[in-house]
Amino acid sequence: MTTVPSAPGTVPGATSKPATRPARRLDIERHKLYGRSRWYGHGWSAFTWVVAIILFFPVLWMVLTAFKTEGAAYTYPPQIVFHPTFSEFTGVFSGGIGPPLEHSLFTTLVSTALVLVLALPAAYSLSVRPVKRWRDVMFFVLSTKMLPVVAAIIPIYIVARNLRLLDNDWSLVILYTAMNLPIAIWMVRSFLLEVPLEILDAAKVDGANLFTEVTRVIVPIVVPGIAATALICMIFSWNEFFFAVNLTATRAGTMPVFLVGFITTEGLYWAKLAAAASLASLPVILVGWIAQKQLVRGLSLGAVK
Amino acid sequence: MSDVSTVPRHLPAESAGRALGRRRRPAAPGSARRAWVRRLPLLPALIYMIVVTQVPFLVTIWYSFRSWNLLIPGSNHFTGLKSYREAFADPTFLTAVVNTVELTASAVIIAMLVGGGLAVLLNRKFFGRGIVRTLLITPFLVMPVAGALLWKTTIYDPIYGLLDYVLSPLGIHHVNWLGTFPKQSIVALLVWEWAPFMMLIVLAGLQSEPLEVLEAAKVDGASTVQTFTRVTVPHIQRYVQLGVLLGSIYIVQAFGEIYMMTQGGPGTATTNLPFYLYDQAFNAYNVGIAAASGVIVLIGTEIVAMFALRLAGSLLDATQARA
Repeated sequence: MTTVPSAPGTVPGATSKPATRPARRLDIERHKLYGRSRWYGHGWSAFTWVVAIILFFPVLWMVLTAFKTEGAAYTYPPQIVFHPTFSEFTGVFSGGIGPPLEHSLFTTLVSTALVLVLALPAAYSLSVRPVKRWRDVMFFVLSTKMLPVVAAIIPIYIVARNLRLLDNDWSLVILYTAMNLPIAIWMVRSFLLEVPLEILDAAKVDGANLFTEVTRVIVPIVVPGIAATALICMIFSWNEFFFAVNLTATRAGTMPVFLVGFITTEGLYWAKLAAAASLASLPVILVGWIAQKQLVRGLSLGAVK
Repeated sequence: MSDVSTVPRHLPAESAGRALGRRRRPAAPGSARRAWVRRLPLLPALIYMIVVTQVPFLVTIWYSFRSWNLLIPGSNHFTGLKSYREAFADPTFLTAVVNTVELTASAVIIAMLVGGGLAVLLNRKFFGRGIVRTLLITPFLVMPVAGALLWKTTIYDPIYGLLDYVLSPLGIHHVNWLGTFPKQSIVALLVWEWAPFMMLIVLAGLQSEPLEVLEAAKVDGASTVQTFTRVTVPHIQRYVQLGVLLGSIYIVQAFGEIYMMTQGGPGTATTNLPFYLYDQAFNAYNVGIAAASGVIVLIGTEIVAMFALRLAGSLLDATQARA
């Protein structure tokens, strides 16, 4: 670790004023370490805002288009100001969005629950009381995530067909559980590692058995971590497309499959399409906004906090 | 220690030492039963993963030595390496390999450049930083299929699309983006989706940088640029690697975007391996060729994954040392 200058006065040859007083060190704004003049900083702030708005604009445009009539969606130049209407949303709701929404909810929630049931004990025996070859197991777990799912789709399709699980919610539940399990194990493990060993030792001294240890000591500490893991799994399951489009159709089609139906008619119904796309994306956008802090940890498999 | 010091440490050093000393100690020897008790919680997840993720690949290998058209009953028979020869002789397969590499590499690199730039911009205090961050992560959260559909229609449309409107002052009119620039159009969408992901990871790296080090650099008279290239860049290197690794794993499997926007076309211009395999299996119903190309893809991925796993190993050590 680099040595920190102990006090400003003692730094040899320091130019005018390094604004460091040890007690206040953490209050220093990062940009002051990089920044130059005030206006220079304002310029960068404005630039950041502009870039953010440009990148966000397609999302905004989707939502705006959803509130237009079909006629207003097809204009040149595109209309920013228009008379908003809910008619396309009601159209989408009466046009059969119900079942796909239910299938998406079911597969997402059930697979996430299954993932947690399998991942929690596994992560426990990879961190708190690790098995001998925990490292190898972690690598195996991660390697399953690196396999190209496309290369497995044929056997999966044929097995699902033979088990009469084609176009059935459960085929997706099974696959989504496998898809998210590696992420969940890596992530939950990283949270379990933060449980102070002293607490576990103290619980043991107090005579806690394994069950008490897990339910009374570990789980309360890692509940936020479990919640974050669940949110990440939900996002991936909700948005999953490859398995959904290949294994389901009318009877168990999820929201992404529902949106495929718009390809054929996309030339005519932009507003309706935008309404459906907005509704399909809304849950994950909300969840992601709420879980912003945990998002990066989940996406990096717990490696980055 | 130099290896570890590039990693953020949120906990005091003694806990790191404790974790290494205590948690990595193997189970007490001579107690097979105890070892099994330890393994027990792991087994359900492990068995589940082996059955659902490993067995299908073994079956894929089995099918790759057979010829089978799903639509023709009784066509399932052993053919040896014939499917492999056919796959390698299929120009579309080779195109798909090249397209996959091109699409993945360009999308990952550009997304990292854009995301890294955004992270640097966000690593300052300014008015509305939280809102800007929220706006910036949203493209990543939009359902990929919905995003693809939206870009295809409301943005890339040659007549009513936003892009046409925005570029019209430059005299660019009625360009059939998906027909004329199919790869670039797909990459643009992928970058839009994945730059926020890269941004989040690089930003986490930037914010874990110890302020003391930055201060020390300033005190020593380093310029802004010097501080960035000599101090910050080495610090975030590992985060950049992680972003590239994870981004590649996901983007190489991109399917929804291509399915929705181009269906691999025009011609085979945007056919990547996932789409090619899908096409072989579910449009041509050719199990043999689909399985053989699947095995080839699997081998290729394994080679790349070996490097990726090595990087993951250093990450694992990092998390272990931190706890």
